[in-house]
Amino acid sequence: MVSVPTSNHFLGVVIFRARAYFKVDSMHFGIIVFPGSNCDHDCHYVTQSLLGEPTSVIWHKEKKLPDVDAVIIPGGFSYGDYLRVGAIARFSPIMDAVMNFAAKGGYVLGICNGFQILVEAGLLPGVLLRNRSVRFICKNVSVRVENNQTPFTSLYQPKEVLSLPIAHGDGNYYIDAAGLTGLQQRRQILFRYCTDKGEISMEANPNGSADNIAGICNEAGNVLGMMPHPERVSDPLLGGEDGIRLFKSLQSSQVLARTPGLEKERR
Amino acid sequence: MANVNQKPASSHPLTDEEYQKVEKLLGRTPNSTELAIFSVMWSEHCSYKSSRVHLKRFPTEGEHVIEGPGENAGVVDIGQGWVAVFKIESHNHPSFIEPYQGAATGVGGILRDIFTMGARPIALLNSLRFGPLERPKNKYLLEQVVSGIAGYGNCMGVPTVGGEIYFNEIYSNNPLVNVFCLGIARKEEIVKAAAGGVGNPVIYVGSKTGRDGIHGATMASAELSQSAEKRHTVQVGDPFTEKLLLEACLELMRTGCVIGIQDMGAAGLTSSSSEMAHRGKTGLEIDVSKVPLREEGMTPEEIMISESQERMLLVAKKGRESEVEAIFKKWDLDMAVIGTVTDDRMLTIKEGEKVVARIPVDALTSEAPVYERPLAPPPFQEMLQSLNMDAIFEPKSYSEALMKLLGSPNLASREWVYRQYDHTVRTNTVTGPGSDAAVMRIKNTNLSLAMTVDGNSTYCLLNPYYGGAIAVAEAARNLVCVGAKPIALTDCLNFGNPERPETMWHFAASIEGMTDACNRFGIPVVSGNVSFYNETKGLGIYPTPIVGMVGLIEGVRAPLTAGFKESGEKVVLIGETLDELGGSEYLKTLYSQERGYPPILNFEREKGVQKIVLLSAQEGILTSAHDCSEGGLAVALAESCILSPGAMGAMITIVPKGIRMDSFLFSESQSRIVVTVKESDLPRLRQLIEAESLPYSVLGVTGGKELNMTLDGRPDQVIHLSVQEMKEAHSKGLQKYFE
Repeated sequence: MVSVPTSNHFLGVVIFRARAYFKVDSMHFGIIVFPGSNCDHDCHYVTQSLLGEPTSVIWHKEKKLPDVDAVIIPGGFSYGDYLRVGAIARFSPIMDAVMNFAAKGGYVLGICNGFQILVEAGLLPGVLLRNRSVRFICKNVSVRVENNQTPFTSLYQPKEVLSLPIAHGDGNYYIDAAGLTGLQQRRQILFRYCTDKGEISMEANPNGSADNIAGICNEAGNVLGMMPHPERVSDPLLGGEDGIRLFKSLQSSQVLARTPGLEKERR
Repeated sequence: MANVNQKPASSHPLTDEEYQKVEKLLGRTPNSTELAIFSVMWSEHCSYKSSRVHLKRFPTEGEHVIEGPGENAGVVDIGQGWVAVFKIESHNHPSFIEPYQGAATGVGGILRDIFTMGARPIALLNSLRFGPLERPKNKYLLEQVVSGIAGYGNCMGVPTVGGEIYFNEIYSNNPLVNVFCLGIARKEEIVKAAAGGVGNPVIYVGSKTGRDGIHGATMASAELSQSAEKRHTVQVGDPFTEKLLLEACLELMRTGCVIGIQDMGAAGLTSSSSEMAHRGKTGLEIDVSKVPLREEGMTPEEIMISESQERMLLVAKKGRESEVEAIFKKWDLDMAVIGTVTDDRMLTIKEGEKVVARIPVDALTSEAPVYERPLAPPPFQEMLQSLNMDAIFEPKSYSEALMKLLGSPNLASREWVYRQYDHTVRTNTVTGPGSDAAVMRIKNTNLSLAMTVDGNSTYCLLNPYYGGAIAVAEAARNLVCVGAKPIALTDCLNFGNPERPETMWHFAASIEGMTDACNRFGIPVVSGNVSFYNETKGLGIYPTPIVGMVGLIEGVRAPLTAGFKESGEKVVLIGETLDELGGSEYLKTLYSQERGYPPILNFEREKGVQKIVLLSAQEGILTSAHDCSEGGLAVALAESCILSPGAMGAMITIVPKGIRMDSFLFSESQSRIVVTVKESDLPRLRQLIEAESLPYSVLGVTGGKELNMTLDGRPDQVIHLSVQEMKEAHSKGLQKYFE
């Protein structure tokens, strides 16, 4: 399967390399920590230790965000998954600031429990239900990149097959038929579960999610929610680097956004 | 609160002699609160009264050892300023009565034992035993236990990265749930559990206290009987609260204001307070009216022995109480100053101004009874060890025999289980479930830790000395197969009723075997747990000592795993196969025989084989390594095919040397490891092996999609199976019970 890089992908790579060469402004990440968040440490390790970007840890009780370029809502069991996954976290004081940040176009990345919190907060449509098998599942799955023209996916090839781990009990994404059509038409579906050859099939769907959806973005393209954990495949020592390109895509997208004339290239 | 003139029955199961000793130590008759306190502290579970004399044999010191048995967990120095803190514990009885909560709170308890020392838990493993899955009750127990472990561990964000599960009818009414936890810390961050400094505040943190788990310790110190009425004795866990407790405690311990801290586990507030005072050689005065409660009308007795989960007791530096309060408030946890450290070596319990109990600390701890119980081998031991091989006919098809073994519940894939455990959270897992040992990297260092849990109860039944020694040897062998040097172990000793001489004979002999192995291999015991009374209606479990061992890998190397990698690589067996089918899975699965003498363990041979495999791994010449254990050589080779990322097979030539073929294929001879090397590295491997004068055979070469085993010089194939069909049998063997 030969893929020709799109102009955006190519540009993304050039910008990324140029950025490193010219030592452009760093990207400030903010990671929200709720009671019960677990993957904050993992995200912090990627953004601060692996990518060398300044990273702030933001306690959920804060009312204001520091001056960040991207907000990460990490995985875990915020509030013990009581009531409904993500249902309580979305009322935390910090979430108002996160919603304003998103409304102004700031990048927001919700991973696993973070995705669940974003749908509860209304920043993304749909809902996340119990896995079809009813059990928690932890394994590596194949995921296909459906849209590489977003700030989160610019360093991936179109239809590229990635190997990412999932670890969840409530990853079954559901949206009604009209909603699903909307997502498809507006190309808001960013990742879908597939076979290792890139075919979308029921067998490749680990949790029963609609249309094999693993991750989506909002209409404006600045908020991403995904069930697989890119931060867990970012370190070559742990056998796989498909995840770190998502964070690197954000880095290069930030440069594009800050460089006049290139802004029109974004999405 | 009335005084009692004679030992009351049921909930205070002290023997008459023990009761008299209580009176002697107090110098008067105990009141009912004091009696309840004695009954839990002197229970087998808390006092180790039947095991202490034997446990003393274990070697507990070594160059890496910082804390041996006695603290909440063992501590070993792993270099570069880091220490590893680990322990294994049982939660057997509660898991039979209420399997989800029993297993969940088992995980909760061991996690607390680790973070109470100031270490952040980074890995969990577990060792489980159940009766055969054909019985719905056993299937239910397995499902619920696995759910409980997953539910608690996943929510805590600590990956479960390895373990073992075995099935045997003997565990039908006595399942075993042993949970191992390892944490890491900077050396200077370790906090111990002594109550020091007279006048310092004694502070309670965590969940409110309720009536759950009352007499949990005494329940675990007696045979299981009717379960329904015992349900209240099983504690209920809340992993979310424990996650908050973990973060709050670690944050607090970094401030330096904690003198000592201990979690409230078996016997709750009673054991933490008496043990901390004992270690600090001080006394503690506690006012139960200050303890945060979630139920009304609790008596002082209930408050002292409740086993409500997710609670810690700590002693802070006087004047710094507000710091403690601020941190626990941030994490929305209860915090209450409930007492003070005194210098009178007494445990004084008050309710407001009224003293409701006053007991010398030593009476509850160092002066608890110590028994040297009689021991004698079971009368049928010789019969058990006899095995008439003439009555065992060789199978018509060795391939079929191998397929049957691969698909048997004891050897089949455990993926159905471990897929429910999050094994990659915290991004430290280099090698996870399904391997010989788990490997966890330590960020910002070039160090990794390997860990495994092992134990074969059939061997222990047939010969407890060798069974115990083999548990240690096998754990160490699994660690060298991932390139790690074994440094220390923790043990969980699961046995029947210690009042039976046979049980004590099993216990003493297992410990003797383990001790000899530890001494010969230079591996100290740094922590552990004893679980007696795993017996129902007079039928006890097989002796089941479980070893949890930790090894160190220095330097960054590609992970060494068991599956075959590239084709054309040489398959080499280091070690020698003997004619010893006793206690084997082959005999159990194909002939329903559980007898004979277990495989012998030659300590020098084992050391030699492990040394060479470790050296070769460190030199980087091994492309795979896998030890031979249950199922013997044929199963080990089959597993290497099944675990091969490319589903690669091998062409193997065997030379049985006068041993019957089924023995050669399925004997569980010890001290054998199968490795693969590139052809160009074979001379170097030979050189290393021959320098140690070890027996070895170059079995063949990797390649193709089949496992072919032929006799040297003969055209007929002994084993001829596709990797695909072996993989299918292996993957369905356990899973099929749950579809």
